[in-house]
Amino acid sequence: MAKFIQSLANGLNLGSIYALTALGYTMVYGIIRMINFAHGDFIMVGGFTLFYMIPVMTKIGLPAWFSVFAAIIVCVFVGVATEQIAYKPVRGQGSTTALITALGMSLVLENGALVLFGSAPRNVPPMFDLPLLKFGEITIPPQTVLTLAIGIVAMILLTLFVRYTKLGKAMRAVPEDKIASTLVGINVNRIITITFAIGSGLAAVASMMYTTSYVSIKNELGITLGLKAFVAAVLGGIGSVPGAMAGGLLLGIIEIMVKVYMLPGTYEAVTYLILILVLLIRPSGLMGKAVSEKV
Amino acid sequence: MAEERVPVLESKSLGIQFGGLKAVNDVNLQVYKGELVGLIGPNGAGKTTIFNLITGIYKPTSGSYFLNGKRMNGLKTHQVVAEGIARTFQNIRLFQKMTVLDNVRVAFHKNMKANLLQSICRTKAFWKEEQETTGKAMELLKLFGLDEFADQYAQNLPYGKQRLLEIARALATDMKLLLLDEPAAGMNPVETAELKESIKMLREKFQIPILLIEHDMSLVMSICERVYVLNFGEVLASGTPEEVASNKEVIEAYLGMEEDDEGGAADA
Amino acid sequence: MPGKMKRNYGICFAAVILGFLLLCLLFDTSLLGKKAVYFNGLIVIGMFYTIIVCSLNLLTGYMGEFSLGHAGFMSIGAYLSAIVTTLIKDNMELPSLVLFLIAILVGGIAAGIVGILVGIPALRLSGDYLCIVTVAVAEIVRVVLSNFGIPAITGSATFGKSFAGIAKVSDFHYVYFTMVICIFIMYCYIRSGYGRALISIREDRIAAAASGINVTKTKVLTFTISAFFAGVAGAIYAHYITTLVPTYFNFSKSAEFLAIVILGGSGSMMGSIVVAPILSALPQLISYVVPAFASYRMLIYAVILVAVMIFKPTGLFGGREFSLPNFLDRMLGKNKKEKG
Repeated sequence: MAKFIQSLANGLNLGSIYALTALGYTMVYGIIRMINFAHGDFIMVGGFTLFYMIPVMTKIGLPAWFSVFAAIIVCVFVGVATEQIAYKPVRGQGSTTALITALGMSLVLENGALVLFGSAPRNVPPMFDLPLLKFGEITIPPQTVLTLAIGIVAMILLTLFVRYTKLGKAMRAVPEDKIASTLVGINVNRIITITFAIGSGLAAVASMMYTTSYVSIKNELGITLGLKAFVAAVLGGIGSVPGAMAGGLLLGIIEIMVKVYMLPGTYEAVTYLILILVLLIRPSGLMGKAVSEKV
Repeated sequence: MAEERVPVLESKSLGIQFGGLKAVNDVNLQVYKGELVGLIGPNGAGKTTIFNLITGIYKPTSGSYFLNGKRMNGLKTHQVVAEGIARTFQNIRLFQKMTVLDNVRVAFHKNMKANLLQSICRTKAFWKEEQETTGKAMELLKLFGLDEFADQYAQNLPYGKQRLLEIARALATDMKLLLLDEPAAGMNPVETAELKESIKMLREKFQIPILLIEHDMSLVMSICERVYVLNFGEVLASGTPEEVASNKEVIEAYLGMEEDDEGGAADA
Repeated sequence: MPGKMKRNYGICFAAVILGFLLLCLLFDTSLLGKKAVYFNGLIVIGMFYTIIVCSLNLLTGYMGEFSLGHAGFMSIGAYLSAIVTTLIKDNMELPSLVLFLIAILVGGIAAGIVGILVGIPALRLSGDYLCIVTVAVAEIVRVVLSNFGIPAITGSATFGKSFAGIAKVSDFHYVYFTMVICIFIMYCYIRSGYGRALISIREDRIAAAASGINVTKTKVLTFTISAFFAGVAGAIYAHYITTLVPTYFNFSKSAEFLAIVILGGSGSMMGSIVVAPILSALPQLISYVVPAFASYRMLIYAVILVAVMIFKPTGLFGGREFSLPNFLDRMLGKNKKEKG
């Protein structure tokens, strides 16, 4: 039982990282119908920013976690730059071009990091100094609680934002009908840029959550984490914010459970098997809505 | 005019529901050999939906339909085509980045005999069949005056010619019934006249029955033998063009459209 | 066969033989001296890249769907063929050509079968979703290969995380003709009724069905053919490199193949044929001179890829085919026309 609760906690920890990453995918997909392959790499960028900024912060006497703000700034910059330089020119050229461009940007970031930082993994210094939480036999690392808390707060804020603010409503209107949105005075390009900015900001938060829990980062982090998070987004129903959260948490728990109770080496295979099954049985995911082609 | 014969196409209380909406409901229609039947009605009346039902793009939720007495429910689109129903589309669907000739040759594929191995090994039979297919395709193109464009991409054809190419492609499937979905839409009067000639020509030459959706009433009235009027997914009236034109309900359906906020009234 | 076709096929056949003789001249004589072995390797790599890139182009350029899992199909061909040839090698003595033929057939068929199994359910999807399924399949294959190495079923080869001691039978003479045949088959497929059906699906799925094309069947068939050739490429790779590690066949490899297809021009076989060997061999050649280049390779590809998407989305050859006979005609244009 203790083992189970422990695993559940670990699962929720991993799951909230997936969820926050999946939100980035879902927001971008929701607005421009494009899989932003580079989103996972934004997290990698955030991770390296933390790696370099934490010592700087400590040196100048600020709390280590202030480096998150640096990560957010860098990630938003990279995200918006990606959108402006690469994605904007190919918008409206069809989904295949968009897909390849996104893949290309992912490769640019991944291999750019390889050139800059090498392929050896780096250990990000701890940002928080918190005591271990003990409940009888169960030890819950403090970062688990923290990660979960940050994840949930971020999701709630995002949901409120999308639902109730003017900007959020505009973000929901754009994918429904780009031309109509323009006609009612929405600046579509600005909305898309803002979406990327928010998505990349979330990536920075996710990178903080990832590094506090898993410490080690390398240039390929983006691809592995990104693919998993994408699976989570599809699982929940791509384009749906609550779906991304649910999908992420679910996937995290499943992965940890498979790791603990089944063959440890196969959890990745299970993840992808789930993805295939979801796509074949219910392509719109748990909370997405089906769209059919008009003839 | 055709009492005892088996209709080429017959639908029996055919219907489809999208969620709670009955897009097509209880439609009974017959098309007999050699007939040209019009299907008219305001926008959103369900005309194209009926075509989509008949060609297997949508699955009917009630009723059934028959081709020469054979029940066709549940067949996939390519199977429907194999049985002998060909169609064109309201919003032209050509293979834009294929040549005009290849657009037609594609439609011959289902009847081609060269198998994969023969095609890859480039056997004599393969070459012979390729040449025959090209010959047949060119003949069809010639009928519509498209042969001079054979090597051009379909997307480079002028609008009216694209419509004709779609009809030529449909004919290449070797069908028993032709469905034309608003062939005159977006055409100028000259092109419409050309189209009218083409339809006349293909009736004389191929003797095939045609079911025609059209908004251009003068075209419908001048060439159709019988007309079905559709409104809100149901058949409102049917008969000769004259009968339908003087039908009170039909007039109301069209005139009443100003209140219903529907487009297309000008066509009536 | 029509007369003009006969002539064109003849020209291409002559070019193929000429190319072969040229390669023989380079590698079977002492022209290159000690470096011959190294360049020989580059040529083999270039040739198996050409096969797999063409097979991927079949999907991308002609079917209009993306596979980001071709490294997975390749790995299936590589492992299966290696297992079979290792078993054979340990039990009997066979000429290397026979062993090579067995390898490519086993590799191709194994990958083709997986292609059918994946294709039948997955090809109901299209676009982004299909692409992601291919990623998933390749990842599953990779994870399975990394975790369930078949423990030493043979004496000479070790299985498991890495699989060593595979017979080195991918001789460039064999590989060259294999490549030519593979390309010829794919070319004939595209230039037949099947190919027209395929392209029509790319252009408009619904109109294709309404023209009597069995969309699902055509897509599954093409997917299977594509997987088959990816498996052949895998078999060639395995019997050239002789040691397999699952991590070679990762997402980045699939992405690299796709990048090469796009750079050469999606829908242009000739683009793939020209670009694949260059992009597979060139980086190695440069690394030979400037060792640091290896880490820049994919970055440069990626930047070019994005730039191509922005400025010339149709790739180098822009979906057009380069035809050697037509090219010759143009070069010798005047004389030909006068003669009629």
